[in-house]
Amino acid sequence: MPSVQHVSPKKGDVLVLVGTMKGAFVLTADRGRKKWKVGGPYSIGSPVYAMAYDNRQGRHRLWWATQSFRWGTFLSSSDDFGKTATQPETYSVKFPAESGLTLKNIWQLNLPAGEPDTLYCGVEPSCLFVSRDAGQSWTPVEGMLNHPHRAQWQPGGGGLCLHTIVPHPANHNSMIIAMSTGGCYRTDDGGKTWKPRNVGVRVQFMPEKYPEFGQCVHKIARAAGKPERLYLQNHWGLYRSDDNGDTWKDIAKNVPSDFGFCMAGHPHDSETAYIVPIESDEYRCTPEGKLRVYRTRNGGGSWEPLSGGLPQKNALETVLRDSMSTDSMDPAGVYFGTRSGKVYGSHDEGKSWQLIQEGLPPVVCVKTGIVGDGAGASPQRRGGTEKGKKKPATKSAGKKSRRK
Amino acid sequence: MPVTINIPSYLATFANGQRSVKVAASPANVSDALEALWKLHPALRDRVVDEQNQVRQHINVFVGDECIRFAQGLATTVPDGAEIMIVPAVSGG
Repeated sequence: MPSVQHVSPKKGDVLVLVGTMKGAFVLTADRGRKKWKVGGPYSIGSPVYAMAYDNRQGRHRLWWATQSFRWGTFLSSSDDFGKTATQPETYSVKFPAESGLTLKNIWQLNLPAGEPDTLYCGVEPSCLFVSRDAGQSWTPVEGMLNHPHRAQWQPGGGGLCLHTIVPHPANHNSMIIAMSTGGCYRTDDGGKTWKPRNVGVRVQFMPEKYPEFGQCVHKIARAAGKPERLYLQNHWGLYRSDDNGDTWKDIAKNVPSDFGFCMAGHPHDSETAYIVPIESDEYRCTPEGKLRVYRTRNGGGSWEPLSGGLPQKNALETVLRDSMSTDSMDPAGVYFGTRSGKVYGSHDEGKSWQLIQEGLPPVVCVKTGIVGDGAGASPQRRGGTEKGKKKPATKSAGKKSRRK
Repeated sequence: MPVTINIPSYLATFANGQRSVKVAASPANVSDALEALWKLHPALRDRVVDEQNQVRQHINVFVGDECIRFAQGLATTVPDGAEIMIVPAVSGG
């Protein structure tokens, strides 16, 4: 077994959370984002498809989902960047027995701004779960669990997964999700009902090219500061919506391929988004053996290759749907991980790239965070557990975690 | 006679470090034996069976030398004083 390293980031440091097929890693650097320290692996040997950092309300909590081949899929959290982690007595994300469904994997964790105790997760088989108590307990969102289209959703190559969760920043009752396959669905009533939102998004694997649903959407990113704008990377096709997903417009211009998996929005500029084109859905590697990120700075009107510091020969790489993210710094950092276990980062919005880490297992998840107040100190160390609140859990095999 | 349930090292973490647990009652079948085990060590349940109360795909349960997948599953009869083994299957990638 590899030795586990730990990191102790400080307030203001940047986190890059990397989920791989053999565990989770925590990468951290100061604001300059040039020298990186690596913590992990956590959940050694198990795929980790979903990670998140919760710094709301003074927390500094890592979340990750472990998909154990043997022991099932479960969520863990850590308030000290992985040094200790919860071991839930009973798994918190479970389908009701009467649903007939069994959880295969957790593909996505989402922490909506403005709702500090709410977390969402997207799972396989496709469903959305919600926690309203900061992750202690979870329930399936009934409108998604019992969706009338469920029987018609089909698994893609990665399984039938709800992999993207995009809440509306100003309307807590509105959210758009994406699944493969099934496409985009949006709720405007807090999850009670979900309508397909795929108008203009084509499919190439069914007789009908523009069905109401059934698309294989790979990723959606919401534009910063313009909440009705969304970008979409499809299984063939790049799209933009300016009406919160009601309609989609093709924006695949001057890209070497409109096939790809990942997509990330700029944290401050609604006109800017990033992708990594992949040659085809059969080959699934970067075109021409060149590892290039493509960026639009005009809302998809055109795309430019970004290759400074990236290998331009024999780079047969694949970047999966959740393996790209941006940080919230200015200038923005952009990060992605490959199936060959490399993590690249840019501290200047994509102008130049640095190989942050290599030799990792295949990367399936890259998320970012900025360490907030209270970093590196547990509530006890900051002055004791607050009266009336239960102690935060540390490594507690067989004990149910209770903390907020 | 009590039934003995042997568990792998990973699961022992959730059973006070025990690799072997005796179930005092005489369970009629594997389902009853496991239910008795869950009562003693609740954290084992979700790790061994899924939401549909089925043994997880990559775990095997034996009664003596017999794998219950090739018998009557959780309804497999447990003889008095039998040994049950929960074993991680060959899996991974």
